[in-house]
Amino acid sequence: MRLLTRKISARLSARRRSRFAAPAVLIVGLLASGGLYAALAPANADNSTDDAATIAKGRALFAVSCSSCHGLNAEGILTEKGGNYGPSLIGVGAAAVDFQVGTGRMPMAQPGSQAARKRPVFNDDEVAALAAYVASLGPGPAIPTKAETDTSDLSNEEMVQGGEFFRTNCTACHNFAGKGGALPKGKQAPPLTGVSAKHLIEAMLTGPQQMPVFSDGVLSMKDKREIVAYLKKNEDSPDYGGFSLGGIGPVSEGMFAWLVGIGGLVGAGIWITSQTARIKKKGNAA
Amino acid sequence: MSTAANTNGTTPAAAAKPNPAAAVATWADERLGIATATKKQIRKVFPDHWSFMLGEIALWSFVILLLTGVFLTLWFKPSMGEVVYNGSYDQLRGIPMSEAYESTLHISFDVRAGLLMRQMHHWAAMLFIAAMLVHMMRVFLTGAFRKPRELNWVIGGVLILLGILEGFAGYSLPDDLLSGTGLRIADGLVKATPVLGSYMSFFMFGGEFPGDVIIPRLYIAHVLLIPGLLLALIAAHMLLLVYHKHTQWPGPGRTEENVVGYPMMPVYAAKAGGFFFIVFGTVALMGGLMTINPVWRFGPYNPSEVTAGSQPDWYMGIAEGLLRIMPGWETHIFGITLSWNIFLPGQVAPIALLMVVLAYPFIEQWVTGDKREHHLLQRPRNAPTRTAFLAAMISVYGLLWAAGGNDILATQFHLDLNTITYFMRGAIFVIPPLVFILTKRWCISLQRHDNDMLLHGYESGVIMRDAVGGYSEKHLPLSPDHAYTLTARERDEVYAGISGPDANGVPAKKLKLDGLRAKASQAWFATNVQKPTVEELEEGHHHAELEHEHDAPLEGHAADGHQFDGRHDVADESLRPSH
Repeated sequence: MRLLTRKISARLSARRRSRFAAPAVLIVGLLASGGLYAALAPANADNSTDDAATIAKGRALFAVSCSSCHGLNAEGILTEKGGNYGPSLIGVGAAAVDFQVGTGRMPMAQPGSQAARKRPVFNDDEVAALAAYVASLGPGPAIPTKAETDTSDLSNEEMVQGGEFFRTNCTACHNFAGKGGALPKGKQAPPLTGVSAKHLIEAMLTGPQQMPVFSDGVLSMKDKREIVAYLKKNEDSPDYGGFSLGGIGPVSEGMFAWLVGIGGLVGAGIWITSQTARIKKKGNAA
Repeated sequence: MSTAANTNGTTPAAAAKPNPAAAVATWADERLGIATATKKQIRKVFPDHWSFMLGEIALWSFVILLLTGVFLTLWFKPSMGEVVYNGSYDQLRGIPMSEAYESTLHISFDVRAGLLMRQMHHWAAMLFIAAMLVHMMRVFLTGAFRKPRELNWVIGGVLILLGILEGFAGYSLPDDLLSGTGLRIADGLVKATPVLGSYMSFFMFGGEFPGDVIIPRLYIAHVLLIPGLLLALIAAHMLLLVYHKHTQWPGPGRTEENVVGYPMMPVYAAKAGGFFFIVFGTVALMGGLMTINPVWRFGPYNPSEVTAGSQPDWYMGIAEGLLRIMPGWETHIFGITLSWNIFLPGQVAPIALLMVVLAYPFIEQWVTGDKREHHLLQRPRNAPTRTAFLAAMISVYGLLWAAGGNDILATQFHLDLNTITYFMRGAIFVIPPLVFILTKRWCISLQRHDNDMLLHGYESGVIMRDAVGGYSEKHLPLSPDHAYTLTARERDEVYAGISGPDANGVPAKKLKLDGLRAKASQAWFATNVQKPTVEELEEGHHHAELEHEHDAPLEGHAADGHQFDGRHDVADESLRPSH
């Protein structure tokens, strides 16, 4: 074996000064790197909506509804102080558009500390067109496929694992029950209940508003699906203890202890002390 | 036949007809002497007023805590040993956790009625401390802590402190994410002690936080040490209550020497026993219908995790609020960090608050110089400075409470977290003085109103038109009972202080302190409205008589309404007779 490799290397070595050597090495190198890239690059550079008509439709919608803040070509608009009036959307990917527009956050009703979730303005086709247009501007995360958002194939262990990911990465802002939490300067981590699996995964992929990006290197697609599975499992589970009182922790519990508990019992105390003992009086019974 | 008890002799009352229960009672009494021992106590009289039931809510909550707590100890494992959860709650199955957390989940999901008992225990704990607090406010507002009850006030203050510690220990036992976060804050508070902090923390946790001994240690404090102290102090509190006799509101027939009310047997025992069932029913309903501390949602404690909405139970809310709004002040000196941002709100403030609470009866006594016994209560308006002080303290408490939930306020009301914090930093200094002034003036206005009623009668709602065409509202004299109740209070005397040497030329001692006392007394009493003097009252009555005489010619005329002047029987009268 060693003899064979020595033989090959001796033969290669003998031809290393051939005039075809350099182009040959170049071709091999290019093929190797290109092939490796094709094999290993994130699949999101490719997206399925890049048909010209859809992009054109998306562009027309964008010009009407988005360009006043994001610029006519989605290049972003700077304020006089150098801040972002509307950020550039080049390279944010279809997933970001699908999340922001699909949950009604964009177009924004008015400037504010943060875009709030509301009824979506565009229908599904229009959202897809806008996503295709923005995706055509530069590569970015694609909208997750049906298979990527489906959690029905995950086992209980994987869902439990998702709970661990959730407590480690998400509860600090979104609260233990996914009911949301406060962030500085009037910003909020929104509630996660009633959000579709697709939008949950898109949020992790693109990091909207204050949220950090949880790229596939941090939490793999499977990890993300496990988190979604945990959240959906909680949504499907009954409230074991009765009314959840908002699921926001001890503050609302304290409020109910005072209003219902102490309030009710003081009322009962007033009632019981207003009942006089029925002692027979002369003539008329009290 | 008289229904009064005929038991003033040496033998207990006997029913006319023999019955089996009486036979059993007699059998027991002949051997145990129960009747003789309790004869006096079962005739003990308690006055009736709704505000006297507040302490009873606390007492019955404590009984529920004992009952449900015993149930929980049958399954709870106070251990931080690691096990893998294999119970019936899907979302945590297969996760390593402490035995404490595992057994809490077991109680919640796999023990029959376990979750109900856990939730009842927790709700009862919330009510226990809340009821103690409102009971304390009642005692404070009515001056029931005055001599001879100062020590019972102190016992009550210690009971609240112990109740809070007991609650915190219980909150920490399940070893879920929330209780671990709470313990981490406790660890931080201990570590903020200058110089000794880290040693104390290591002593408490048996090494670096979280260690593996804190849960067993807290458990023994929670089920033995603190409940034992609570039980002993509650017994002392109630023995003193019986010994001092209950305070009562002033009124006709009620004096400093007597107590007007119902006897223990049968009336008060029935009321108190019935009230226990009301409290128990309320707690059972709350435990059955309202989630409290859903430990399964928090997950096991992991020092690297935290959740939004991490808050203590309500009674620790003011400490949380203080911590949250305190600016981040620190001093670095000789290589040591002094964390004022934790030391002041976490250690100095609670101890100072406790000291003020415990010392209050003695402080007030010093200012007023009132060292007499008091068994009649004061209406809050008749102690304007005290009432205003409590109102100001309630406003501080409320503000700190809100500050402790600043993130919840921000999310629920769409407010800015930072703005809430900055607002609270100013508000706790600005709002309480305003509340104090407002409440004091309010009390004084109410005192004036009482005097107006005494001197000019109450507003009858009857509008009279005189011959010239002017309108006036008829004021009618108060009933003697009502007038007596309003005037059953003492006149406040401002302490003038010692001026110079006494008659024998001996210079007064502690002149400075005395001057301070005189000033405090001035601030305490000077603006109070005193009840009318006898002369003023007679003048008022005379005025009413004159008015009556003035109205006399109207007698029998169709002037509608004059019959409602308090001197006629108006049982069958109506303002608009049907024609």
